[in-house]
Amino acid sequence: MRCRFVVGVFFGIAALSAFPISIAWTVRAQSQRPAQQSVAPAPHKDMSGIWVPQGVSPIGFSDKHPAFTPLGEKMFRANKPGRGITEVPVADTNDPLDSCDPEGFPRNEIFEFRAIQVTQAPDRMLFAYQYQKVWRAIFTDGRELPKDPDASWYGYSVGKWVDDFTLVVQTVGLDDRTWIDNSGLPHSEDLHVEERFHRVDYNTIEFTLMIDDPKIYTQKWTILDKLKMHLDNKLEIPEMICVPTEMEQYKKRMAAPAAGEEKR
Amino acid sequence: MRNRRLASIALLLFSALMVLLMSSLPALAHHGNAAFDTSKHITIKGTVVDWLWANPHCVLTLDVKDDKGRVVRWAAEANIPSDMVKRGWKKTSFNPGDVVAVTMVPAKNDRPAGRIEQVVLADGETLTTGVPPNSPTENKAY
Repeated sequence: MRCRFVVGVFFGIAALSAFPISIAWTVRAQSQRPAQQSVAPAPHKDMSGIWVPQGVSPIGFSDKHPAFTPLGEKMFRANKPGRGITEVPVADTNDPLDSCDPEGFPRNEIFEFRAIQVTQAPDRMLFAYQYQKVWRAIFTDGRELPKDPDASWYGYSVGKWVDDFTLVVQTVGLDDRTWIDNSGLPHSEDLHVEERFHRVDYNTIEFTLMIDDPKIYTQKWTILDKLKMHLDNKLEIPEMICVPTEMEQYKKRMAAPAAGEEKR
Repeated sequence: MRNRRLASIALLLFSALMVLLMSSLPALAHHGNAAFDTSKHITIKGTVVDWLWANPHCVLTLDVKDDKGRVVRWAAEANIPSDMVKRGWKKTSFNPGDVVAVTMVPAKNDRPAGRIEQVVLADGETLTTGVPPNSPTENKAY
C-alpha cells in the first residue's frame, strides 16, 4: 500500500511538473516549426533548401570533451571565455568573437547555428549561413582533401554521398585562432572535422559533427549527435552580423556595467 | 513484482523530466551570461535614456528613482534585432523620455542591469522577449 502511494506521488509530481513545460515547448515548437508538408520520403542525394537547426546550447562543452594533450591544456588555459568551467568576467575575455573576428568553422555550427541555405551544383555545394552571412563551398567532384592546406577561417571541405540520403563532409585547413565553442575549447591547424547530414525524410536532417585533433584531444569525439534540422524553404533569412562598432556600444552600455566593470 | 515495475516506470519518468528541465536553459550570450540570477524577476519603472538596436544585443538604458529618490541608471538587454522584430519590437520602439516598466532577470551582483522579459509602455503596449527563465533556448528564434 505504501509503495503504491509513493509511486503515485512520483507520477503526480512528474505529471504536474511536466505540464507547463510541455505546453511551453509545444507552443514554441508550433510557432517556430514551418508549416508542415506531408512527410514525403527524402529525395536521393539532395539536401538543397533552407534548413533550420533545432538549437545548440551556447554554454559550450568544456565539461564534455575528451582529455587534452599537454598542448591542448596549454591552449585551453590561454583562452579566457565568457562561458564554461574557465569563464571570466566580460572585461577579461579574449574570445575572438567579442572583437567580431570571424567565428570560423566548426564553431559556426555550434554557436548561433541558425538557418543555412544549401545550394547544389554539379561539382560542389554551397552552404550559406545566416550568422555572419558567410558561406562554405563543399566540393563534391571526388577530389581529395589537400595534403598541406593553407589555414583559413572556414577551412577546405570535400563531401561525398555515402548512400542516397547521407552526405559526409570532411574539412581541414582550419585557422587555430578560432575556438571550437563558447567555452574556449581550442583546436590546432591539424583539426579534421567530419559532418554527417542524414536526410531522414523530406523535412528532416539529422546532423552529426565529429572532432579529430590529436594534437589537442587524446581521442576523436562527437560534439553534436543527430541534431535535428528542419526544412523551411519559405524562410526569408534575416541578416545577423557581428559589427565591431555595435559590439563596442553594447559593451559600453551593458556588458561592463552589468559586471561592475564600467570604471575599468 | 508489479509494484517494482511501477516504481521503475515512475523513476524513469522522473529522470526524463529532470533531463528535460536541465536541457531547457535560456540561451545566453557567448560573451558571458553576465551572472543573471534566473531565479529572480524584478520590475522597475523609469525613463528611457537610450535604446540601442544592434548586435549582439539590443540594450534599453533607463533612469530609475530608487526608494531614496536617487536616480540610478539601469541597463537591460534583449535579443538581436532580427529576433526581436518577430515579436513586434522596432528600432523606434522607444524614445528618450518614454516612461516604461521593465520586467527583467536581474544581474546576480546587484548591479543595475538585467535581461529583459517584457517592457510595458505608457500606452499599455507590452513587448516581450519570449524568454522567461528556464524556457527552451531561444537560440532558434529567427
